[in-house]
Amino acid sequence: MFIKQLSVFVENRQGALSKIISLLSESGINLRAVSIADTQDFGVLRVIVNDIEKAKDKLKSSNVIVSANDVLGVKLSDEPGALSKVLALLSANGVNVEYLYAFVNPGTNKGAYLVLRASDNEKAEKILAEKNVPMLSEDEIAKM
Amino acid sequence: MEYYQPEIETASREELDKIQNERLRKIVKYVYDRVPLYRERMDEAGVKPEDVHGTEDLYKLPFTQKQDLRDTYPFGMFAVPMEDVERLHASSGTTGKQIVVGYTKNDLDTWGSMVARQLVAAGLTKKDKVHVAYGYGLFTGGLGIHEGARRLGCTSIPVSSGNTARQLAIMQDFGSDALACTPSYAMYLGESAQKAGIDTSKLPLRAGIFGAEPWTEEMRKSIEKSLNIKAYDIYGLTEIMGPGVAYECSAQKGMHVNEDHFIIEILDPETHKPVPDGQKGEIVFTCLTKEAFPLIRFRTKDIGTITHEKCSCGRTFVRMSKPMGRTDDMLIIRGVNVFPSQIETVLLQMEQSPNYQIIVDRQGVLDTLEVQVELTEEKFSDTVADISKFEKELTEKLKSLLGIAAKVTLVDPGTIARSEGKAKRVIDRRKLI
Repeated sequence: MFIKQLSVFVENRQGALSKIISLLSESGINLRAVSIADTQDFGVLRVIVNDIEKAKDKLKSSNVIVSANDVLGVKLSDEPGALSKVLALLSANGVNVEYLYAFVNPGTNKGAYLVLRASDNEKAEKILAEKNVPMLSEDEIAKM
Repeated sequence: MEYYQPEIETASREELDKIQNERLRKIVKYVYDRVPLYRERMDEAGVKPEDVHGTEDLYKLPFTQKQDLRDTYPFGMFAVPMEDVERLHASSGTTGKQIVVGYTKNDLDTWGSMVARQLVAAGLTKKDKVHVAYGYGLFTGGLGIHEGARRLGCTSIPVSSGNTARQLAIMQDFGSDALACTPSYAMYLGESAQKAGIDTSKLPLRAGIFGAEPWTEEMRKSIEKSLNIKAYDIYGLTEIMGPGVAYECSAQKGMHVNEDHFIIEILDPETHKPVPDGQKGEIVFTCLTKEAFPLIRFRTKDIGTITHEKCSCGRTFVRMSKPMGRTDDMLIIRGVNVFPSQIETVLLQMEQSPNYQIIVDRQGVLDTLEVQVELTEEKFSDTVADISKFEKELTEKLKSLLGIAAKVTLVDPGTIARSEGKAKRVIDRRKLI
């Protein structure tokens, strides 16, 4: 089970990020999780939103480069070692993590949600499913 | 291998030198006697016709600039009385006042034979039908190619430019064997043919003669594919003759300059000294046989290179590259000549839309070059590494072509300022001291 993430190109220019976020807010998009990867020259904003198609259309029509891609949403329990267990599982099976970030939503889960992109998403999903690691679905995100 | 005039097209270097030296001596005396501007300039420079023995003395002769032609507009540079002028042509005048040129009967014959050399080099014979989609009129394109087709004995189809549907219908119904037009129009015809569902591989069309504007190797490939032809590059300029000053052979590795009629020089734009083969410089032409409008050392402001290397086609005329830009557009960055068109070439090679802007600045004593490129969705990815890889590849390609490092900055699409549909390519922030 995958969830959709929206990736957005952010120019290295004052106000670039602010413009993107305000475009999203204008169209009533609710952000579930936000992360930004930056280099010296540009950034990539990654967001989980409640309505990805709407968000994508809005940004595209404003000449912002976006893409929607699959990531894994992992439910973590609120206890030490929960993240470590997931990472160890992946590593033991030769799957690398490209990037990850986390968010919490006290309304639906006491623990945290992990957003993860693996070198091989399909393989990572299989490994986690075999060990019955609980995963987050698109439906759940829409209902948050 | 077929030639139109093998005895001259494959003449030895010694023979060509001899012809050029003889003709240069003659033309210098001719313009000194007949064109007041040349007499004045040579007198000022203290050069007499008898001081010029051959091409080694070219440097003694004054240059002719486009402005001279404007100043003497309309007929001040004509070397014969109007009764000997058989035709007039004029440049479009997009960069200033138009200029007008004249041709005697002999000039038109020379011109026709030079275009015929191109047609033969493109594999055409008198049995072929040449579809001329260059404009007919004061512009040299239409009538210039027409003259060559006539000279070779081909069937001319003088369609002139415009009306794409009609062009395609004629191409199919009349069975055009060769097409002559601007490369951008050839691109458009190719695309239109595909849209109209015309199977170009079923058409007799096999060669294209394209010139009169800058075009790239990528455009050539695209035209060759869409029209299913071999595309040849022809060079010319109104001031010197029109299309046919230089022509491409089947090797497609540069254009042979008709050296029996013109001398080409490649000069450093700063020092005006000749540069070695392969090195970029301003293209300068001297007419050797023109009667009505002979120009001496005309500065084209086009930048290019020449090579004397032997060509596989057997022709011995020196080859010139496609013009790589204009001296007007040239930027000198850290002492290196940079042309916006080079950046365009790299972007097209990487299948990117050529939407870019060059920003030149100076930090301390060092010039900096930044190239802003509009990122496309295809090159975007959710991982930074993929985008950085593209950025790096672009940086390396630019460095290897330009000879200096440029900083690549990726920007959102549509952010590079456009005026009247054309993007402003260069922003030079360096303060002149």
